[in-house]
Amino acid sequence: MKNIKVLGTGCANCRNTLKLIEDVAQAKGVDIRLEKIEDMKQIVAHGVMSTPGVVIDGKVVHAGGVPSRAKVESWF
Amino acid sequence: MNPLAAGSLPASRAAWAATLAFLTAWVVLYASLTPIADAALALLPLTRGTHFAEAVHFFIYDTPKVLLLLTLIVFVMGVIQTFFSPERTRALLAGRREGAGNVMAAGLGVVTPFCSCSAVPLFMGFLMAGVPMGVTFSFLISAPMVNEIALGLLLAMFGWKVAALYLGLGLSVAILAGWVIGRLKLEHLLEDWVREMAQAANAEEAEVPEGMAWPERFAAGRHHVKEIVGKVWPYIIAGIAAGALIHGYVPEDFMASIMGREAWWSVPAAVLIGVPMYTNAAGIIPVVEALLAKGAALGTVLAFMMSVIALSLPEFIILRKVLKVKLIAIFAGVVAGGILLVGFVFNAVL
Repeated sequence: MKNIKVLGTGCANCRNTLKLIEDVAQAKGVDIRLEKIEDMKQIVAHGVMSTPGVVIDGKVVHAGGVPSRAKVESWF
Repeated sequence: MNPLAAGSLPASRAAWAATLAFLTAWVVLYASLTPIADAALALLPLTRGTHFAEAVHFFIYDTPKVLLLLTLIVFVMGVIQTFFSPERTRALLAGRREGAGNVMAAGLGVVTPFCSCSAVPLFMGFLMAGVPMGVTFSFLISAPMVNEIALGLLLAMFGWKVAALYLGLGLSVAILAGWVIGRLKLEHLLEDWVREMAQAANAEEAEVPEGMAWPERFAAGRHHVKEIVGKVWPYIIAGIAAGALIHGYVPEDFMASIMGREAWWSVPAAVLIGVPMYTNAAGIIPVVEALLAKGAALGTVLAFMMSVIALSLPEFIILRKVLKVKLIAIFAGVVAGGILLVGFVFNAVL
């Protein structure tokens, strides 16, 4: 199971990213645990400077803007 | 990784061809704006010289021109931004001294992709990497103020001279205000957790993302157009329509006595009204155009525009997470002071 965190302060792009990851994971039948991080300290602690950021199993894989569907698919 | 791996060559060619086709179509369209508008006008049963006909005329000429120029600038900016990720900009700024650092930060603020919702993580990221606070502020001031929408619309409506002036003055305010804030040594006015994190930051270098191949850059440009032009076009059309109405109906020197060059107090008044206001560049430009057309002085109007775009209540609320109230007040005061100066200099020189 993959542990996925979406870092962002609640802008539309963050919600879209969350939904996109859910969709792709479901389509591929991958078991994930999705978490949304809105706390600024935690976001900053991950070293992300542009939101939304995506962290998989503790590693930042994306920052800034909604990732493309192809990029999300490459994570699973 | 080699971005131009042999296998991707046909795709790369297609992307270049599509981009060239787009640019060619753009040039052809732009060159034929006047004949098309003339033809469209000829179809309408209007007599030139009436207020209504003048308003329609203005609308038909301006709308396509503004949208075309905006599309091109936003596309080019989208491509340029792929060269400057926030991580790369931070690496360029880390360890810079004040002065040169302020100049670089203001310049990078123009070309680095920036969304005000990321202002706080960006601010923290810069500080933690050792970018001086004043230099960070130069970036935070220039990024929203000198944006592609403002530049594109100014270029389309007032020509390259006014657009270049706006760019130069915006950069000057960002450099100067950031430098002043740095000189004031206000680090104690950062929120406590911010200072703790900035000090505790380990020197571990964050990865700078790899460079992209050109097809990806073009795709980013297209995406940028879709995201920005796709969102602001209704405002622009509504704005031009409002401008067109004023154009035809309100007397030419309507604003001259209130916002003309002789009324020195109009500059501070414009800044005071502009600071708490929040709208994006697309929303403010039609207002700017209407004011200018009716005799308001350019310095006063640009000062108004800068204070609306660069400073706003929502931004202060976002920054409150990292700055104490006193620092926000100083930040607003210094930037407003710079804008004020710009307005006065402009009105005196032009």
